[in-house]
Amino acid sequence: MAPLLEVRKIVKRFGPVEALRGTSLELFRGEVLALVGDNGAGKSTLIKVISGVYPADEGEMRLEGRPYRPATPKEARAQGIETIYQDLALADDLDVGANIFLGREPIRRLLGLPVIDEARIYQETRALLERIRTTVTDPRRTVRNLSGGQRQAVAFARALYWKSRVVIMDEPTAALAPMEAKNVIRYARNLAQEGVGVLYIGHNLVEVLEVADRVAVMHRGQVVFTAHAKATSQQELVYYMTGGGENPGEAKA
Amino acid sequence: MTVFQKSPLVTVSALTLILSLALAVVAPPFITLDNLQNLMLQVSIGALFAFGVLFPILLGGIDLAVGSVGALAGVSVALLMTNGVPIGISVLLVLALGAFLGAVHGWATFRLGIPPFVVTLAGLQIYRGAALLLSGGTTIAGLPEAFNRFAVASFLGIPSLFWVTLLSLGACGFLLSKTRTGRYFYAVGSNPEAARRAGVDVARITYLAYALSAFFASLGGVLLASRLAIGTPTAAMGYELSAIAAAVVGGASLFGGRGSVLGTFFGALLFAIIRNGTNLMGIDPFWSMVAEGFLIALVVYADSLGRRRYAGLR
Repeated sequence: MAPLLEVRKIVKRFGPVEALRGTSLELFRGEVLALVGDNGAGKSTLIKVISGVYPADEGEMRLEGRPYRPATPKEARAQGIETIYQDLALADDLDVGANIFLGREPIRRLLGLPVIDEARIYQETRALLERIRTTVTDPRRTVRNLSGGQRQAVAFARALYWKSRVVIMDEPTAALAPMEAKNVIRYARNLAQEGVGVLYIGHNLVEVLEVADRVAVMHRGQVVFTAHAKATSQQELVYYMTGGGENPGEAKA
Repeated sequence: MTVFQKSPLVTVSALTLILSLALAVVAPPFITLDNLQNLMLQVSIGALFAFGVLFPILLGGIDLAVGSVGALAGVSVALLMTNGVPIGISVLLVLALGAFLGAVHGWATFRLGIPPFVVTLAGLQIYRGAALLLSGGTTIAGLPEAFNRFAVASFLGIPSLFWVTLLSLGACGFLLSKTRTGRYFYAVGSNPEAARRAGVDVARITYLAYALSAFFASLGGVLLASRLAIGTPTAAMGYELSAIAAAVVGGASLFGGRGSVLGTFFGALLFAIIRNGTNLMGIDPFWSMVAEGFLIALVVYADSLGRRRYAGLR
């Protein structure tokens, strides 16, 4: 099966610093691929290249086999690549429905004038919230009054509704209570079941092994190790995260 | 969209109602037709300025220039008309000029990154100065009779100025609660980065907010000229502060993202009733300023209490 998203030998420099040194990975439809690595390994830079924030200096990306080179985050989004940022990018003063449809509100005619189709927004949002089984049930609730996990749910609902092909989650559980983190894992699995490719950036290895189908380890700007979650262990991941796989020759000696 | 800020709207309309009832009891002339018409005249122009400043406030900005824009509009429309330009064309030109000046404020804020407080504070000085220069520092009289008549006319017992305010209220309410553009004011004021990522044209929304603010200030300035039957460079002095106060008492947050045009209308009405009431009861009008000041402090304090309670629940 061809990969949904293919990243090949991406190089990204910031002045003299090489943040990505020929990074390659493949993301398949319907899987959760976890990306782990120490701080400074290049995870954030990589997801910013994929989501159109930074252009790559070298290398190429392919989305469903076609060349993919987003110039802006908006362009990435238009091609079905949705990034759920740590700050979640929600408008606090708007309600749940308004946030899910922000920038893409359905329109109906009222006396010939284009007005927002509220009924449709609320109806679809309600169905969507039921589908992801969240504790947010009222699409009219203002986002300001939601908990961190509930806000995650809204961000997920948005990615799900707009039929994203790839969803990138940047340490989604970093600021959450344990119960809420469980829900986030469930949302990620839900997205994968719907055929989405999920790129999950995580810190907590226990959680990563629970959520992911496959795990990729980054070290110093490269993907140094990839394995099926079931076939690897925390010890092995830590070994590669700390540079254990970098110089096999030395390791033998 | 859920009715924004339901509770401040309830607060301000309830306060207005209670004050009206109290006045009807202690100062019975309050509820005479004459006085109610008078009250409508008193609230009309101030409310227009307040509708305007609501837009920048929704973005978390501010517009301090509206009083001066109003004065410049009044002087300009008077000069145009006394120099033979037809009334309709004069008014349209002045309103367009207002919208343009406002768009420039939005541009300076968004593109040049100058804080709106500074941009519009500069505007406050510049346009007042321009109004004084254009008029030579004196009032411009001899405006066309038809222009002066507009402000004293009424339709169905309601003064024409109040009709303009009601129509503006309806138009702004429609824009803010029914359209995409209206929703984007709240989105940008709430989280500009989120709005941008969602594909909202933040620049356009910013220009539009300041353009609407100055447009309504110009409309208010033109109507003020009609009401006074003169163009005067000292008109609408301090209106920016009453306008901001009306929006805030009506539930708008100075941090952006919250506020409604109906609440703003009630805010303006509340202040007009206080002035009207002190007048009817023969109280020194300076007391009404003191009362207004306390009211602003009280309403904003009540709002922050309510918000703190929310925060506690989270």
